[in-house]
Amino acid sequence: MSTTAIQPVPFGRRLKRFMADRPLIPLIILLVILVLVLQILRPGIVNERWLANTVKFAIPLAILAGCQTMTMLTGGIDLSVGTVATMSAFIMATQVVHHDPAVAILIALVPAVLIGLVNGIGVGVFRVHPLIMTLGTSLIGTGCLQVYQRTVIASGAKIPPFLAWLGTGLTYGVPNALLLFIPVAVLIVFTLRRTGFGRLIYAVGDNEGAARLSGVRYWQVITALYVISSVLAGITGLLYIGLIKAPSLSLAEPLVLPSVAAAVIGGTSIFGGRGGYTGTIVGALILTVLTTLLTILQMPEGARRMLFGLIVLFVTAAYLRIIEDR
Amino acid sequence: MTRLVRRQGWVAGLLVLFVVLFVITKLIQPGYGSGDFGSLVRAVLPYAFAVAAQTIVVIAGGIDLSVGAMMALTSVTAASMMDGASEEYAVFVVPFVLAMGLVLGAVNGMLIVVTRVPDIVVTLATLFVLQGAALLVLGAPGGAVAEWLRATIVGTVAIPGLPEISAWIPKALVLLVVFLCIIWIPLKRSKLGLSIYAIGSSELAAFRSGVPVARTRIIAYALSGLFAAMGGLALTMSTGIGAPIPGPYLLASVAAVVLGGVALGGGKGGLLGPIVAVFVLRLVRTDLTLLAIDPNVTAIIEGAIMVAVVMFGAFITMRSRQS
Repeated sequence: MSTTAIQPVPFGRRLKRFMADRPLIPLIILLVILVLVLQILRPGIVNERWLANTVKFAIPLAILAGCQTMTMLTGGIDLSVGTVATMSAFIMATQVVHHDPAVAILIALVPAVLIGLVNGIGVGVFRVHPLIMTLGTSLIGTGCLQVYQRTVIASGAKIPPFLAWLGTGLTYGVPNALLLFIPVAVLIVFTLRRTGFGRLIYAVGDNEGAARLSGVRYWQVITALYVISSVLAGITGLLYIGLIKAPSLSLAEPLVLPSVAAAVIGGTSIFGGRGGYTGTIVGALILTVLTTLLTILQMPEGARRMLFGLIVLFVTAAYLRIIEDR
Repeated sequence: MTRLVRRQGWVAGLLVLFVVLFVITKLIQPGYGSGDFGSLVRAVLPYAFAVAAQTIVVIAGGIDLSVGAMMALTSVTAASMMDGASEEYAVFVVPFVLAMGLVLGAVNGMLIVVTRVPDIVVTLATLFVLQGAALLVLGAPGGAVAEWLRATIVGTVAIPGLPEISAWIPKALVLLVVFLCIIWIPLKRSKLGLSIYAIGSSELAAFRSGVPVARTRIIAYALSGLFAAMGGLALTMSTGIGAPIPGPYLLASVAAVVLGGVALGGGKGGLLGPIVAVFVLRLVRTDLTLLAIDPNVTAIIEGAIMVAVVMFGAFITMRSRQS
């Protein structure tokens, strides 16, 4: 009885507030726990090679989760990233047969820009819900890719050596993909924290009406955002094909759901206005380690999907409670 | 009163559009007859149930992203249960699968009510969960279906003495109309149906007038699950197998709901409009196929039409909100 009188703030409440203020610390603790569990289940698995491999597979996921983070900050979501990444990878792999790699990459990024533009206009101007809009464009994109595949079926595909180097190579045990990822990550974090555009993204997501009244051009911000998201997804596709080395029409599709989960775990609110990219990176690492764990436990693909869905639901519900408590 | 007139006007317009499209089809392919109409209805059947599932939730002011996944799960469950089982066993499978849809839909609703997470996030999460469950039930397309179930949607209803007319009434159409009516008409006329419209129109006003908002919402999602289960069964019945990866039912259902005159904000519209709309959308696809357009290109055009319809619907909603 008396203990409640002495403690003005209960422990649970304090813990919640702590987690709301510093979401990165519990996330890193969770990551360490997962790695420890992995080490206990398969002693000796955690070594330098495993670490490099984990980072290598976490990077494409982390970039796609970056697309989700930025769109989720405005209260949206981008479900077309999987299709965009697949398209750019497939188009690059087939165009490189005829063209210079640099030209092929430029050609491959054109559909990414187009899809981003359509998404942005649909969400920003016509005010379609982002989920439905990006789902629709990804459906159209997949259709276009199938038509395109017919036209290049004879020419075959190959992967430029430098993309394979970037995707799979190691330099002194460090994955080369970090050469691409670190600048991208720094750019996203810098944009979100230090630039006017980043402020606008948070402002639109936090309170759209207020942002509009203070003179923010909503549709311009949204259109620019979805184009950026799409281009990032296109770049991820190029990196991912260097890692997987087998162009297919569903290359990056399995990454869509984990990318949403990674952003949600990383503390970005799906309602907009709250969150950041650093948490998302840790979230992507957690999911990659979790996938390894589930593979070791021989959990089938279906169970993995169910688990990811439940994670999204429970984390969102938990965040809602934390916000309401304040 | 004016709302009623406008709504019926919209449905009438859709019917005219359907007839115009039908005439165009006849012009493209003069041989287009009752048999082709039968196969159109069979193709529409799963879509129509998906649209019904989406309509009821949208009227209640929500959205259900898990419609396609629910159909996939119920379809693979039915197909794998009937695989290798006797014909009579299917008599138990059908009610079981329908009950499963009802319960899973209710779970959707309860999660929304209890966690207070927005419906779009909850149903996105359940979309993943149901998809995963479907993959666990059946890793690859397979299973089987009882012969008598298949027979219920193949062929036409025989009306003695009127062979001309009965040729144009496929069994699948009768099945669709009967199942939609036995749920929708009593619902629309009951207090519950009124409550569903009320919470979609204004949740706060409904709450203050004594509508049990939480219970009504759960029931709306449960009925949506039931319709989705019917869609899953229809899918299994028409293909003879169950497929764990759903088709583009989600986007198609949202597009048909918008085209059918149901406002995405909730509280407006009926079931007839979306059902006619889904017939229109499928007939467009038939026409494209008859024009000998590459099926992949058809998929692109279809996707573009659906996106355009949804954009148009969102635009109308935005305009009406501003005025």
